[in-house]
Amino acid sequence: MMEIMEGSHAVAEAVKRCRPEVVSAYPITPQTHIVERLAEFVADGEMESDYLTVDSEFSALSACVGASAAGSRVYSSTSSQGLILMAEVCFNASGMRLPIVMSIANRALGAPLSIWNDQQDSIAMRDSGWFQLYAEDVQELVDYHFLSYRVAEDHNILLPGFVCFDGFILSHTYEPVDIPDQETVDAYLPVFDPYQKLDANDPISMGMYATPDYYMEFRYELDRAMERAAGAIEDAGRAFGEHFGREYGSLVEAYRMDDADTALVAMGSICGTVKDAVDEMRDAGRKVGLLKLRSFRPFPQAEVARALDGVAAVAVLDKNISPGMAMKGAVGLEVRDALWKTGIDVYSYVIGLGGRDVRKKDIAAVADLAESGRGDMFYGLREELI
Amino acid sequence: MSFEDWFREDRLPHIYCTGCGNGTVINCTLEAVEQMGWTVDDTVFISGIGCSSRAPGYIKTDSLHTTHGRALAFATGVKLANPRLHVVVFTGDGDLAAIGGNHFIHACRRNIDLTVVCMNNMIYGMTGGQGSPCTPVGAISTTTPYGAAEPVFDLSELAVTAGANYVARWTSYHVRELTKAVQAGLETPGFSFIEALTQCPTAYGRRNKLRQVSDMVQYLRTSVILVQKIQRMRERGEPVPEDKIPVGEFVRRNRPAMGVQK
Repeated sequence: MMEIMEGSHAVAEAVKRCRPEVVSAYPITPQTHIVERLAEFVADGEMESDYLTVDSEFSALSACVGASAAGSRVYSSTSSQGLILMAEVCFNASGMRLPIVMSIANRALGAPLSIWNDQQDSIAMRDSGWFQLYAEDVQELVDYHFLSYRVAEDHNILLPGFVCFDGFILSHTYEPVDIPDQETVDAYLPVFDPYQKLDANDPISMGMYATPDYYMEFRYELDRAMERAAGAIEDAGRAFGEHFGREYGSLVEAYRMDDADTALVAMGSICGTVKDAVDEMRDAGRKVGLLKLRSFRPFPQAEVARALDGVAAVAVLDKNISPGMAMKGAVGLEVRDALWKTGIDVYSYVIGLGGRDVRKKDIAAVADLAESGRGDMFYGLREELI
Repeated sequence: MSFEDWFREDRLPHIYCTGCGNGTVINCTLEAVEQMGWTVDDTVFISGIGCSSRAPGYIKTDSLHTTHGRALAFATGVKLANPRLHVVVFTGDGDLAAIGGNHFIHACRRNIDLTVVCMNNMIYGMTGGQGSPCTPVGAISTTTPYGAAEPVFDLSELAVTAGANYVARWTSYHVRELTKAVQAGLETPGFSFIEALTQCPTAYGRRNKLRQVSDMVQYLRTSVILVQKIQRMRERGEPVPEDKIPVGEFVRRNRPAMGVQK
């Protein structure tokens, strides 16, 4: 049923229907509304979960690792500094192959302190072994939670995953959203069937010491699982269409890309603005399109190469900065890698950091820059402050 | 020197809500610093994250606004790098007792020469009122909608046990006592811990039948009992009320301390 709902509360409704047995989180803006609502659900008996008010994000994810290892479906959410504090545990969770799902309300990292949106936090966790999906709107955000548990818990995958969404832009705004009923979710997302779990009658050890004779193979298997995750996300996205009527069968979404000369590439809520900007540029006779990335890890290299085949220039909108890297933006580098040897020019534009607004005219200006061969730069700096 | 010499009026308006107790605690602390004869050049304020931790931004000294819970670790580095600096840490119950709990007990154990002023408002105020390790049993927060069930940390008792040289607790109602306690902490070599129970009408009071600011201040005033009174009651064999929070000076001693300027 369609309802007008705050993004965070929509996430809470989705998580409730995923039936996690343990929820563990720590307050951090702009994520907090999600777990506040979940705390209410648990307190009111609407969710059969244990809700832990832990002492830090580090403890929040650690408790999730323990509960997941013991065989429970678990949930957490965080933002920014909270995610970075979890970094050590993130690597542990993926190394133990625990299918934890966590919502990331994307927010800038300090210092200086900022509560506002960019995607530096989850992108900084690029190599942590978690798959990362990015939602454009609240509907995708809700849907990705069901999809993520299904992918994470697949015995061929067994990887933890982030559902990333832009803080405030999606977390604190209200949108019409379809919250599926419990029966539909249950049919799509079966009861958690742990591949292995801590069991006193059949003991196993997780996270043990691996000598140089064994360590590399663990990392190899983790990488192979991430490669398989690309197909698993597509399969789960197609099955999603059969159950819910909304399909996510590809890791990318092409918008007005047919005959496009210039392609904009982006992730997250900015794609909505880009689509409007593309419409205006198309109305003005410019052949511009958008390629939206749903997944950053696994990175959909083949799909990106296929979708961008034939364009003259690519402008990647990077809501992150990798200081010291010539291209500047981390997503841009991946896209350039995907188009290696094709001769297509790929440029990165660092944009919208720390909550700076990105308007349609900024998108058009970036397209102009790419067409004139200028890129790998910050866009929208206040020159008077430099 | 006067009050204006410490306060960055260009930063007004401040972020604190109407009726917040943090301003009172900051005023008491600056008054105590002033009494010590310290200057803006030899005093450093350090903080973590939360409402309390915004305080150094309103003070004219050098300051570090650091990560959540870690102010004491940063402060330890500052003090050891330059023991001539007077280092004061502003923190809160969430910052100090939850995410920074480990730093707290080890700073007490090392007895590093710092003064910590903890604004204990019994809630995560800045993020909108989630339960903290100091939310009283039964109190309503957004993560404990039918009342907190977990026992609270007694931060002052923890500091005494972990080895701090000076420990006192007052409330934002007890302005003169709090100011004197902060000054005593500043004077005492080694780790000094002053816990100031403060009112948070926005995130705590309005959910816990303390809707008016005066209700919260009255709650703080009437919830406490002097340590000397507890002592007298014990000597007389009278039962000490268990629901009252002890206030006053808990310890003043001279354990070996780290970072004390010779």
